[in-house]
This record gives sequence, C-alpha cells and structure tokens, in this order.
Amino acid sequence: MGDDTTDERADDAERELEQNVGQRFGRLPETAADRTVEGRASREEVLEFFADRFAVPRETFDDYTFWEKGAGKLWIYRGEASTPLEIEAIGMTCLRTRQEHWKPTTDFVQRFGHHASECVIDLEREQARRFAAGEDQELAWEGDWGYLIAAHTVAGEREPLGVGLYVHGELRSMVPKGRQRDL
Amino acid sequence: MESFERYRPIIDDFEAFLAACERPLGNAVRVNTIKASVERTTTALEEDGVAYDQADWNPRVLRLETNSPGSTWTSFHGFTHGQEEVSAVPPVVLDPQPGDRVWDCCAAPGGKATQLAALMDDRGTVVANDSNLGRISALRFNAERLGATSLAVTNDDARNYSLQRFLFDEFDRALVDAPCSCEGTIRKNPDALDNWSPDHINSVAGIQKGILRRALQATREGGTVVYSTCTFAPEENEAVVQHALETEDCRVVDFDLGLEYAPGLAEWDGETFDSSIEQAARIYPHHNDTGGFFVAKLEVTA
Repeated sequence: MGDDTTDERADDAERELEQNVGQRFGRLPETAADRTVEGRASREEVLEFFADRFAVPRETFDDYTFWEKGAGKLWIYRGEASTPLEIEAIGMTCLRTRQEHWKPTTDFVQRFGHHASECVIDLEREQARRFAAGEDQELAWEGDWGYLIAAHTVAGEREPLGVGLYVHGELRSMVPKGRQRDL
Repeated sequence: MESFERYRPIIDDFEAFLAACERPLGNAVRVNTIKASVERTTTALEEDGVAYDQADWNPRVLRLETNSPGSTWTSFHGFTHGQEEVSAVPPVVLDPQPGDRVWDCCAAPGGKATQLAALMDDRGTVVANDSNLGRISALRFNAERLGATSLAVTNDDARNYSLQRFLFDEFDRALVDAPCSCEGTIRKNPDALDNWSPDHINSVAGIQKGILRRALQATREGGTVVYSTCTFAPEENEAVVQHALETEDCRVVDFDLGLEYAPGLAEWDGETFDSSIEQAARIYPHHNDTGGFFVAKLEVTA
C-alpha cells in the first residue's frame, strides 16, 4: 500500500461509491472504511459474523480471501487472484449477505463447520437422515433462533450436515435440492 | 468392438482384453482428503455397512460394493467422490505440491481437478478450465461439494489460453486430460464406440496436439506436464506426444505407478516414435480390471 492509497482513504467519505458489478468477482475490502463498492460487506464484518454467531475463531480464515460476485453472494478462496476478476468461479460460495440475516451455504458449512462451537444443533441419525433429505422437523432447541449449523456424529466425531433455519420449534433444512439425498 | 481389431498386434493377450471390455465396471470412489482422512472415511463406510476394497496402488481409491455409491453418508459429506479407478492416475503422476500453480486444461466435471487440490492439501492455485460451458456447472458443483477452496474455474479454449487475468505468467504443472475418442470407457459406456471413425480420431488428435502444446508453453522451465486420455488409439496418444517433442522444448520422463501396464508404442501404422515415449503407460482393462487409459509425463526443458 503506497501513499496514494492513504490519500484515497482520506477522500473516501466524499467519494461516490461504485456500484456492484454482478458479473465479476471483487475482493472484499479489509474494513468498512476501505469500502469502494456500495453495500459490499468487508472481510472484518465476515470474520465478525462467523465469530459472533458460530464462535469460529477468526484465525481460521487467515489463509483465505473473500470475494463478492452477484448481489451479496460471497466466495471463499485460498489461491492467487487479482481484483476485479471475470472468471467462472473462485473457491466456493460461503455466505449470502445484503440481507437482514446473513446465511452461510451448505457446502461452506460442510467444509468449515467443524470450527464452530456455538449455534450447532446435534442431530440423531434419523433426524440427520430427514435433514439431508430436505425435510423440516419439530425439535427442541434452547439456543438462538435463526440459521444454525446442523451436525451429527460420523466415525466418532461431530460432522456438519448443512444449514438449518430454526424458528417456532421447527428446524427447516436449507440443503439445496441438488445436494439433498435419501440416505 | 470391431474397431478394436486393429489393436490385436499391439495388445498382449488380446482375447483377455476383449473379454474385459465386455464386463461392466464396478463402482469406485476416491477419498477426498480435503474433507476427511482415508481412515475416517473407511470407518464411516463400515458404520453404514458399505463393504469396500482398497486399491493396492492408491489407498485413496476404494471399490465399493453398493449399487448406489451416491447415496452414502460419505458421499453426502463429500468424503468420497465417484471416480473411475484409472481416472485417479494422472493427478498422481503429475504429483502437485502444496503452494504450486497448477493448470487443469480440460477439467470438467472436476474429478481430477479436485484430486489435484486434495494432493496439494488445498493450498496453492488450481486453475480448472473447460471449453464447454455446459460442463462447467458440473465442475463447480463438484468443487463445492468436495470443498476445494484453491480452485479457480475458467471457461476458455485451452489451445489459446491466456494467463493475463492471473497474477502469475506461468504454471508449475499442467494436466492435459484431453478430450478423446473414449475407447477406454467401453465398460462404463457400452455405446462409446458408436461414433468411432478414423476421421473423428484425426480431428480430435488435432485438438489434443494444440492443447498439449499450449500447456507446455504455459508451464515454467523444469515444470511438469502430464498428458492423458481414456483411449487406446495411438493417433491420440503416442503421436500427440511425438508432435509435442518435435515442436516444443520438452522431454518424456519416467514415473512410478503401482499398476500393471504396457509401455508406450515404438511405432504405429508406419510411423516411428521417439524411444523415450516407451516410458508412457498404456493401461488396458484386463491388466487391473479397470477402464483403459494412456498417461505420459513430460518435463519442460526451456
């Protein structure tokens, strides 16, 4: 980062923010103050979200970068890339932002959910089976409502299944149709 | 399988070869070590009562005794990925290391690209390209299900591929798992030979030569390029490697593989090949009870 960047930051308040371009990847700014694209989440906000909601340690993502493509769809990537970037995909989708309640993706939760220790609901095998099939089910849960990580035990360890929405005593499976399985 | 008759002079125990081609293929999966270790995966399969047999040459390849390998917990969690046993060979021969920049030129539907990422502990950059936009969605689906975060997906013709969009201008390794006449998939697709013709083989060989040349150009000096097909046709195998030797700065190198195979051909149909091409591997269905495959390993010399 050179002096130019510092000057830009100083001007940031007066500057018009760019509009998000849905067809290309843009790397998330470090913090809200570094933001150059309107409405784009910052890396800091993403780390804060995973730490606050799921108690995922911030350092989990030290080797990763976060990107936005489309409106509010965030991607997590571990390779090299420059921003902005017109390409089919980098890494995997991880989080839906630009809405009141941010929602992690099933695939992200399956990949990184083992780092979570809060808002994780442990299911018995039959409940896990229904969850994987995309079914909603009535369940008791003492914690926060909203998006939870559903998990069960595989080979002696907790294994995340995907994202569930918990409201009014019911766990709704958010597993997308293409990922649902009858097990 | 009349079109296989022309291989009678080059395949040992040709009757066993034909008999193997008639037998359907079993279900093989690759353990995706990005998500789970081999030990945890096999324990999970045992919990589910799914019997398996571990391949001698690669502990990450399992032959499952089930008719629905996609309906297991290990598949749902992305611990396993349905992939023909010989399809797991080229990434192992390429041997990518964590932190490498690797190009998979013809990557869809992503079985090998995600295997490359797994071999690199999902650290580094795997550029997974495919010219067919329709197949990119399958590639993306598999990459996400398997949790490969080091993958970048592009949709271009590999023959004139540009690295301009990246922060680097050459790769450490490249895999050219080329589009081909697919003769070696006959056990999986009994209609694989329906469109077989010498013209088709010649036209696809032209594409293969273009892709392999570009892969060699885009790889750094001392870097490795693996060329593979799932076909037996020498026009698409040894002749393509021969063309690369004549037009680019590269040489064929030896590799270890714990599978039975025949060496690359010294000649075919009046054409003589460089003797180094004998270090390539021709894997026939009757050798290891798998599909058919050709693999050659090249080193970029300038």
